[in-house]
Amino acid sequence: MINVNQLVKKFGSQLVLDNISEHIEPGEKVVIIGPSGSGKSTFLRCLNLLEMPTSGDIIFDGQNITDKNTDINAVRQQMGMVFQHFNLFPHLSIMDNLTLAPVQLHRMSAAEAREEALRLLAMVNLSEKADAYPGQLSGGQKQRIAIVRALAMKPKVMLFDEPTSALDPEMVGEVLGVMKGLAREGMTMVVVTHEMGFAREVATRVLFMDEGKIMEQGTPEQIFGAPKNPRTKEFLSKVL
Amino acid sequence: MFNDLPQKFVQDFIEKERWKYITSGLKTTLLITALAVIVGVVIGAVIAVIRTSHDQLKGRKHGTGMVLLNVADGICRLYLTVIRGTPVLVQLLLLYFVFMVSCQSKVVVAVTAFGINSGAYVAEIIRSGIMSVDIGQMEAGRSLGLSYTRTMRLIVLPQAFKNCLPSLVNELITLLKETSICGYIGLNELTRGGDIIRSNTFDAMLPLLAVAAIYLVIVMFFTWLMGKLERRLRESDKR
Ligand SMILES: Nc1ncnc2c1ncn2[C@@H]1O[C@H](COP(=O)(O)OP(=O)(O)OP(=O)(O)O)[C@@H](O)[C@H]1O
Ligand SMILES: [Mg+2]
Repeated sequence: MINVNQLVKKFGSQLVLDNISEHIEPGEKVVIIGPSGSGKSTFLRCLNLLEMPTSGDIIFDGQNITDKNTDINAVRQQMGMVFQHFNLFPHLSIMDNLTLAPVQLHRMSAAEAREEALRLLAMVNLSEKADAYPGQLSGGQKQRIAIVRALAMKPKVMLFDEPTSALDPEMVGEVLGVMKGLAREGMTMVVVTHEMGFAREVATRVLFMDEGKIMEQGTPEQIFGAPKNPRTKEFLSKVL
Repeated sequence: MFNDLPQKFVQDFIEKERWKYITSGLKTTLLITALAVIVGVVIGAVIAVIRTSHDQLKGRKHGTGMVLLNVADGICRLYLTVIRGTPVLVQLLLLYFVFMVSCQSKVVVAVTAFGINSGAYVAEIIRSGIMSVDIGQMEAGRSLGLSYTRTMRLIVLPQAFKNCLPSLVNELITLLKETSICGYIGLNELTRGGDIIRSNTFDAMLPLLAVAAIYLVIVMFFTWLMGKLERRLRESDKR
């Protein structure tokens, strides 16, 4: 589904992604872990071109999205993204947050988008918040809304960049719960997180990144049970 | 000085219906200010969007679109430098005696001068308003598949506008007071109205104090409005 070939990203002279090649299959739940500054966010943001790769190709559904003739807006409609700081639109009601993109991009009529939004709100138990504004919600509620805002576009892949890192501990569970539900329904997911419990439970594959490279990867059992790379061992000994 | 006040008052405002200099002057002042603000906001918004999109897309986009954007950005910068680097009175005189000599209406000349002048300041107000909107808002819009311009229009600009509304009211107040120089091109606005009365009756105090009081009341009204607006906006952020 996503094919990454020799991806390199530099900020100025700083090499942040060092020649990464990776393949993500439909239905996979890939969890990316690694120390701060290792390039996890940058890698994820390259997948939907929020960061422009310095070199290398990213093929999504057979289309080379790094090619400058590709309509990146059309590609992004297929890829949902959830941010650490939610980034809900504060001047719009929750309903408008959910329906803005589908209606503007003619994916659905206003009535259809509304109906779909109500279904999604019910799914995350926030039906009564349809007419509220983001400022009235708790962090956990905001992030659940951010997830369904992305889902309203019916994407084929969901990208998550530390979706629970900005939350108070008591709210982490409700957001992870929604993500687990999504995983069960078969959504293809790429998740950057420090929640090792989630990685163990949900991941079909865990990537360990350090210094802009994928140092080691494998099933959760392999990575958490019997890590081979000394860097992986060191990292896990700190976080577990 | 003060014992003949009632008599002076009659002479300054009642006799020959001299109060009409004040009222018609006020009308002209308000008209010029209102039209110039509209021109200024339109110019300012266009420049602010050109300059921020140039800064944000620089190095990421190529092709003819980017070349045009580079040219537009250069023109905007030249405009900002020239307008903010010269006195508004000089700009007004230049328009009146040089660039718009064929224009029949002094009001049109004044609106053009003040609109163009105010546009430069409004541009910077709106630009800082746009930059005060969290970058995550643009990223969230783009990640949903909305284009740069659509995200700008539907998500960033409404928030930016809200952020800079108080500064815009401030600019309106400045503009209102600046229009008092229109007398230099013989346009009968409020200040000139008072000054005409002074030259007819040889009493300077009452007409000029009246003019000052009128400016003060209008400015105080807008200051009050701005305070109310700021409170309202702060509350709506919490909602
Ligand atoms: N826009 C940018 N400009 C310059 N440098 C950047 C930019 N974004 C990231 N970097 C740098 O790239 C490196 C990798 O950053 P990245 O955000 O991908 O790390 P990360 O693994 O997500 O870390 P964290 O766990 O702290 O989120 C860091 O050294 C960071 O300072
Ligand atoms: Mg990160």
